[in-house]
Amino acid sequence: MDHDTNDHPPSPGTRADTPSRRDFLLKVGIGVNAIAAAMVGIPIVGFVLSSLIKKTPEVWISLGPINQFPENSARMVAFTNPYRRPDDGDTAHIPVWVRRLAAEEFKVFAINCTHLGCPVRWFEESQLFMCPCHGGVFYSDGEHAAGPPPRGLYTYQYKVENGDLQIKGGYIPSIARPV
Amino acid sequence: MMKSLQNVAMWFERRLHIVKLWEQTAGHPVPKSTGSWFYTFGSMTTLCLVLQLVTGILLSFVYVPSAAASYQSLLTLNYDVPLGWFIRGIHYWGSNMMVIMMALHMTQVFLWGAYKYPRELTWLSGCVLLFLTLGMAFTGQVMRFDADAYWGLGIGVAVMGRIPFFGGNLIDLLLGGPIIGTDTLSRFFALHVFIIPGTLLGLLAMHLRLVLGKGINEVPEPGVLVDRKTYDGYYKRVLKDQGAPFVPDVIDKDLIANGLMLILIVCLAIFLGPKGPAIPANPTQVISEARPDYPFLWLFAAAALLPNGSEFMLFFVLPAVGVGALFLLPFISGEGEKNWRRRPVSVLTVLIVYLVIGMLTYEGLTGPWSPHMEAWSNNLIPAQFIKNRSPKELAGALVFQNKQCRNCHAVGVDGGQRGPNLTSVGTRMTVPYLVRQVIQGGGNMPAYGNNMSQEEIQALVAYLSSLRPPNVPPARDPQNPGIPEGVNEKAAAVPPVNPGAAPNNS
Repeated sequence: MDHDTNDHPPSPGTRADTPSRRDFLLKVGIGVNAIAAAMVGIPIVGFVLSSLIKKTPEVWISLGPINQFPENSARMVAFTNPYRRPDDGDTAHIPVWVRRLAAEEFKVFAINCTHLGCPVRWFEESQLFMCPCHGGVFYSDGEHAAGPPPRGLYTYQYKVENGDLQIKGGYIPSIARPV
Repeated sequence: MMKSLQNVAMWFERRLHIVKLWEQTAGHPVPKSTGSWFYTFGSMTTLCLVLQLVTGILLSFVYVPSAAASYQSLLTLNYDVPLGWFIRGIHYWGSNMMVIMMALHMTQVFLWGAYKYPRELTWLSGCVLLFLTLGMAFTGQVMRFDADAYWGLGIGVAVMGRIPFFGGNLIDLLLGGPIIGTDTLSRFFALHVFIIPGTLLGLLAMHLRLVLGKGINEVPEPGVLVDRKTYDGYYKRVLKDQGAPFVPDVIDKDLIANGLMLILIVCLAIFLGPKGPAIPANPTQVISEARPDYPFLWLFAAAALLPNGSEFMLFFVLPAVGVGALFLLPFISGEGEKNWRRRPVSVLTVLIVYLVIGMLTYEGLTGPWSPHMEAWSNNLIPAQFIKNRSPKELAGALVFQNKQCRNCHAVGVDGGQRGPNLTSVGTRMTVPYLVRQVIQGGGNMPAYGNNMSQEEIQALVAYLSSLRPPNVPPARDPQNPGIPEGVNEKAAAVPPVNPGAAPNNS
């Protein structure tokens, strides 16, 4: 700010700057800029961290009528994510494996393998979920059967309302935040 | 005429001081010994970077960073926009070449001892440039936003989720929302085209300033040790005795190498074309086998091959140790011998790192750990493994096929390689042991006790026990070697299959 004060002789009539006055102005300058930086910086940090600040609580999501799920089998259905954006395209549709144990008794598994998140596939004949990536295998109840996964499949909370199967979800499951 | 042109030139020169700038940069003196093929990797990396910048900007003319539209925009680039495929090809192969050239540059710098005094900061900035370049490669493959990219992000989520305490928050930060969607692609786009390249260019400016300021490393003579007190004077003498301006005296090999590199990238783009996009990112289509681009195949393979439970070591401890070692290197061995002929540990380190990364990359390309999800329905059991079997054994062969055993186990050559090849399993496992393995599982095999009837297990084991080369008896219990245990007498009496068609004899 005052880099060229000494390069030129003071113009006539200019009061010579006293060091105390210059110090004061420098401090004011730093202070003003600190306030300005905070006024710009805090919102910027807030924007960058917005995906942390904005809470996306789990909500009940319908998977459709329960009579589409045969007993003792697993069927894949997809739901549209409640927090979807218009531009999400196909990625807004999240698949889950629904296993119907009895009339109103279900197990709803996330598609993501608990090892590294790859999509597991159901094999009716051997009653197993297998992961194509590193060979993780899960039993029909979602328990870990073989391979590298550290735990069983992520299981959604579910309820049946007026013959409609609903699960509680909204975000991608992981070890840190199983559904 | 000449006179007035000269005047105009001098008018600019008096204001821009281009002669001085030239002398300090392109024309700065370097040791003549550095006019070596080994000193061309840095400039080739820079060439790739420039190529990436130009082609990246061109791609942004058409590319749409949105989960709903990006895929179509890539198809438009591939098939609709004239030469769009070519620009994509150059961008893809240029990125691979940039990583390779950077790795070679780093290796050369390491083996020639250039990281030692006074070039520690050059080394450090180079290390960060390497990480930024890998960051570019990683965010770049997300731009494709096909199924591979989608499930690759899924892997990122799973890895982050293992971080204690902050895992969930880091996932939100990574994805920009609760799921992998358009917000995810947008932030990777911002990283790929603004944040990382901006940082990279700034750091490259510093890197080059350091190269100019501290001078390029002379080709080290064996036995000439670096000493903080004497090196600066030594380097000055080297420049005085055998220095020459980089342009035009020492640039010849750089020119040739860079020209050839450019031609190579163009040829790769023309003959191999751009990568993908593969199938669209549709999570309801669970047919993807996510496999990362070349620079990350070795990590991918390591994740698959390490023992269960060691993921934390691989993803968090190992990178921390590796990065720490790179950063501390110039401070641990900042002086002393520079010539690689007298630094056996360094040479060995390079060899081991190259071998490990090379082998893991090969494994990553072949991916033998992945089950073949369609093997049970696509790959028939070859005739020679069914011939002359009893009805019970044939029933077992059906069980073997229908219960998806083939997804992990090969018979003959077809089938998964996740589990052992069962072509001759009858010679190494007794019937009781086979029964136990099928019922209880173990190792990397699930237990089938609840998923098969008693009869199915009996038939399956009878079939497995019959999987033997001709004239080879079934496995025997070493504690009871006299009696071949539980052998189906009829099967044992069956004449051997046609030796010509026999497995394991070829």
